[in-house]
Amino acid sequence: MSGLDIAPDEMQPKAFAFDAEHDARANVIIAKYPDIKKQSAVMPLLDLAQRQHGGWIPRAAIEMIADRLEMPSIRVWEVATFYTMYFLAPKGQHKVQVCTTTPCWLRGSDDVVKACKDHLGIGFGQVTEDGKFSLHEVECLGACVNAPMIQIDDDYYEDLDAASTTRILEAFAKGETPEHGPQNGRRGSEPAKA
Amino acid sequence: MLKAEDRIFTNLYGNQPWNLSAAKKRGDWDGTKDIILKGRDWIVDEMKASGLRGRGGAGFPTGLKWSFMPKNDDGLPRYLVVNADEGEPGTCKDRDMMRNDPHKLVEGCLIAGVAMGATAGYIYIRGEFHNEAEVVDAAIAEAYDAGLIGKNACGTGYDFDLYLHRGAGAYICGEETALIESLEGKKGQPRLKPPFPAMAGLYGRPTTVNNVETIAAAPTILRRGATWFSSFGRENNAGTKVFCISGHVNTPCNVEEAMSIPLRELIEKHAGGVRGGWDNLLAVIPGGSSTPILPKDICDDVLMDFDALKEVQSGLGTAAVIVMDKSTDVVKAIARLSYFYMHESCGQCTPCREGFGWVNRVMNRMVTGDARMEEIDMLHQVTKEIEGHTICAHGDGGSWPIQGLLRHFRPELEKRILARQQAAA
Ligand SMILES: Cc1cc2nc3c(=O)[nH]c(=O)nc-3n(C[C@H](O)[C@H](O)[C@H](O)COP(=O)(O)O)c2cc1C
Ligand code: SF4
Ligand code: FES
Repeated sequence: MSGLDIAPDEMQPKAFAFDAEHDARANVIIAKYPDIKKQSAVMPLLDLAQRQHGGWIPRAAIEMIADRLEMPSIRVWEVATFYTMYFLAPKGQHKVQVCTTTPCWLRGSDDVVKACKDHLGIGFGQVTEDGKFSLHEVECLGACVNAPMIQIDDDYYEDLDAASTTRILEAFAKGETPEHGPQNGRRGSEPAKA
Repeated sequence: MLKAEDRIFTNLYGNQPWNLSAAKKRGDWDGTKDIILKGRDWIVDEMKASGLRGRGGAGFPTGLKWSFMPKNDDGLPRYLVVNADEGEPGTCKDRDMMRNDPHKLVEGCLIAGVAMGATAGYIYIRGEFHNEAEVVDAAIAEAYDAGLIGKNACGTGYDFDLYLHRGAGAYICGEETALIESLEGKKGQPRLKPPFPAMAGLYGRPTTVNNVETIAAAPTILRRGATWFSSFGRENNAGTKVFCISGHVNTPCNVEEAMSIPLRELIEKHAGGVRGGWDNLLAVIPGGSSTPILPKDICDDVLMDFDALKEVQSGLGTAAVIVMDKSTDVVKAIARLSYFYMHESCGQCTPCREGFGWVNRVMNRMVTGDARMEEIDMLHQVTKEIEGHTICAHGDGGSWPIQGLLRHFRPELEKRILARQQAAA
């Protein structure tokens, strides 16, 4: 659970509305559910709000979503605080999420964690001074045969070691988006060639 | 070794495109209309005869499950919900099916939907699978455009709508009733059963929840026939299955094999063997994090199926094989899992919420040996008090790994405690 890490009042915008692009996507999403069951759209709408607002969800967005889906705002709060992928306070421009669950740990996630901490100079839950990165420890991301791995924003970087982890972080720092997927040359979950 | 032509998931690694035209070349959407027009009873009977058991972890017979949906049509909605929340540590097979072969899943949804009298389907995919969700969404759109789903799907006269729903990070949403709550726009907290989803599920309507692999395998089973599918594996353990082999092997991978393959053969043929050779094996978790660990002597000849693994007090689970060689700190490996179960508790039941916190704290002390001897028995006792005393099976799933460790590695715990006591003295 994400705990209650909520941005202080001075960071909270007074109002929040979807821009045209996100509004159109919200309509497509709401149409997936029966008319009287609009509440089902709360998760994808929170995700949209977070994407539009630079990676975190302000209070005003929660109120707006409650109105739009005709549900009490406390119900939206419950959802926003239950799931780990919603952030209620600003994080890094890039969220570096390191899996440390046993299958990743067996294949060296400790090295990956160390490379991230050393390179970024921060610990789990912290944001770099320039605001570019935040570091997060996460549970199994469902890519265990490509362990160890990290997720940066929407993408998985797999089959890592300390060197490839550092290389990826350096590329992000330069504004590049390195190729995601396995970093050892194999395709997906196929066995690596000897 | 399973022959290439007997594989269901022929694009598991994404060597070919995922799209509709490539999927059709692989045989998907071939004769779907004929299958559907054979009718609901025929499909359910054929699935029963195939022996397919659910691939989501519990192994419930699929045809039987589909038959539980009410037969009378009251004209109101009923739902198929596909469980694509894939979060059991070690497990990463549904991901491959969705990103590389999504049309098997889409076609399976239509066929399963018809077989259970569903009017619509929702695929609930874990939120972190963002790129996989884009592929599945695009495959659904392709299927609509081609008239394969939607109104008069495949020209059968049936209407069937299919939607993708993204989660947002919560392992517990993989539990079927938590998944339904989440799909309704609530916290993902499991419901008490009964009522079972087949009676009152999504929006209070009859609902069946199935795993991605279960649904995606169905079209091929129906095309090639129940007899073909049941020719693999031992009786009661039929079929082919995608195994995920992670940990200390030379080439970790996903691979489809026949059920009942010996564990050793699976690891040596497909994953390049144990790092340092078979004799360097310490233990294997055979079916995802919830299934109890097995020491090497059992691994030497155990078969990978529901019954064989149950006989050795473990389980096939999701068939996620986690391999540990002799360099492994096995206490730490299981302690890390105890953290997972604590972290992922939804908090509704006291035994699960408080119990796994306690278990994790004690396990962390077991790693360093800073525990008392009698706490070994207490660990066992507490997990027995959690197991079977909670709303959902998360309580069981978190208890079993500890019980497995105590069953097979108790001397290791004792040794650490003694060493610590001696160091202090
Ligand atoms: C805590 C918990 C987590 C689960 N996670 C998943 C999951 O991620 N995917 C899945 O298919 N089943 C999961 N299950 C099992 C489901 O509740 C359900 O049995 C399954 O989706 C049924 O599909 P099947 O009959 O096709 O196997 C989980 C169960 C529990 C108790
Ligand atoms: S067993 Fe745990 S996860 Fe399941 S309902 Fe109870 S508290 Fe929630
Ligand atoms: S344990 Fe890291 S992806 Fe599964």
